[in-house]
Amino acid sequence: MVGVKSIPSPAISADERSHEVDHPSSQVAHFGAEQPLRLDCGVDLSPFQIAYQTYGELNADRSNAVLICHALTGDQHVANVHPVTGKPGWWETLVGPGRPIDPKHYFIICSNVIGGCMGSTGPASINPATGKVWGLDFPVITIPDMVRAQAMLIDRLGIDTLFAVVGGSMGGMQVLQWTAAYPARVYSALAIACATRHSAQNIAFHELGRQAVMADPDWHGGGYADHGIHPHRGLAVARMAAHITYLSDAALHRKFGRRMQDRELPTFSFDADFQVESYLRYQGSSFVERFDANSYLYLTRAMDYFDIAADHDGVLAKAFADIKTRFCVVSFTSDWLFPTSESRALVHALNASSARVSFAEIETDRGHDAFLLDVPEFFDISRAFLQSAGKARGLTAKDG
Amino acid sequence: MSVQEVLPLNGVATRSPGQYRADHLLVADMVKPGSKVLDVGCGEGDLLQLLETRGIDGRGIELSREGVNRCVAKGLAVVQGDADTDLVNYPDDAFDYVILSQTLQATRQPRVVLENLLRIGRRAIVSFPNFGFWKMRLQLLIGGHMPRTENLPATWYDTANIHFCTIKDFVQLCDEINVKMERSVALDLYGRPVPLNLPWWVWNMFGEQAVFLLSRGGGK
Repeated sequence: MVGVKSIPSPAISADERSHEVDHPSSQVAHFGAEQPLRLDCGVDLSPFQIAYQTYGELNADRSNAVLICHALTGDQHVANVHPVTGKPGWWETLVGPGRPIDPKHYFIICSNVIGGCMGSTGPASINPATGKVWGLDFPVITIPDMVRAQAMLIDRLGIDTLFAVVGGSMGGMQVLQWTAAYPARVYSALAIACATRHSAQNIAFHELGRQAVMADPDWHGGGYADHGIHPHRGLAVARMAAHITYLSDAALHRKFGRRMQDRELPTFSFDADFQVESYLRYQGSSFVERFDANSYLYLTRAMDYFDIAADHDGVLAKAFADIKTRFCVVSFTSDWLFPTSESRALVHALNASSARVSFAEIETDRGHDAFLLDVPEFFDISRAFLQSAGKARGLTAKDG
Repeated sequence: MSVQEVLPLNGVATRSPGQYRADHLLVADMVKPGSKVLDVGCGEGDLLQLLETRGIDGRGIELSREGVNRCVAKGLAVVQGDADTDLVNYPDDAFDYVILSQTLQATRQPRVVLENLLRIGRRAIVSFPNFGFWKMRLQLLIGGHMPRTENLPATWYDTANIHFCTIKDFVQLCDEINVKMERSVALDLYGRPVPLNLPWWVWNMFGEQAVFLLSRGGGK
């Protein structure tokens, strides 16, 4: 008999998850009927809320604010213990005391994107018009929509110009959208492992993930909340496929090779014989504990639609015409999801706009995920870029 | 292409007073304070750092990844790129000065590069090792082999320098593409300027390297 172990059910109940969705353990900015969020799809979203975390203090000039933009499956808990998983903040390698983005020097803001599931309004939130979960009735959102919502939050916090906007992957897309939409409000921009548009291959991978979610019978056409369940199997498969794209062949080989998981010989079954299988299953099952399946559909869709040049007559350089923002673009050699060629196209457009830009490609075999990992050269570059911008901005470092 | 790869100017470095290289100080003196400068082939950013101390808005292009990353880690606005292929991305008149320091001889198309420098920049500053230097001539004439010097130690088969020229050759190219020479300085073996009142052939013989400040010539 062929043994098959399916992905285990999440340890956290649907109730616990929905609590963070509507009543997050973060600060929340509420926007009422008088302040709708105008979405690219033509809908005015109202009311809505943005959940966010801050670290450090805003200086008297209000000139030291740094906005961190999170990636597809990230959230606002960039540098504190996650309220659901209990794990450290997702970017504590870059953000935190003694790190390149130190709350001692900067007022750091990180908000959950619109469409997310950690406290900002999204498909898992309650639709006030019906009293039920939005589900697929939630309007489709875009990267510019996310940034528009962040700008409303920044206004609410009384900040005119951000000292820096920083992000990797989908976060990097938001960084670029910030500079294209609000160039005067962004003093410096650190865009990591990203692109000015989503490639056909990347759209294809996202479609694979969405189809995996929608193929799960527990998805119920997006209405799983009404059934008190979550399509965790479909979402886990989506995460497993996506996770492969965040790594590299070399990194997988180095980490796992063909090694077996707690056994010497193959079991001649479809059990997780190989360590790499076991690892992927773990990635899938731990992800579904903290992420909403519909939110995954919406956020991947937002990335698919992203194309800055398309909004500027097909000429990327037009998006950055006469921009004064200081840019730092970083890519990683083994990143095949957002390869260096994408960053180079961005840098060429910035050069054509005479923008001040630094561009470094960092050698690593760790793939797209490298931006979240301990890569000292990346930290040195980030630190130096922000210090140099801080000097030009007249930010006085309290020490160091 | 970093200067170190193309031309290890060890001699010059030790000869120069203070922390900056003689040819860098000479180049920096040609740039008006407050201007916007692009350094093509900026190596590890030494010249850009010198320019920054003088209040100049400097940007750089560098071929080697290591060089770029060291520059960016110094807070400099440097991007990875190739003088032969990436200058076309910059718009006309984007800079007050474009500097090509000890890199011309390593480009595939020096003439096209030079034309691009003066399209992007209102002025260009170009420095290069002079192959008409007497020691070079002597090695070819007497030794019968391709010249190698302390500053150009690579052999013919492993050098990155593929388009060597003499001061005379360079002046001829400038004439051909209608480039105006606003200032020219030849440095001798010891990094000292060759006296200005001497004729061209002396420069071409005793200048170990040359630095030119160029601008667009009037229409022909």
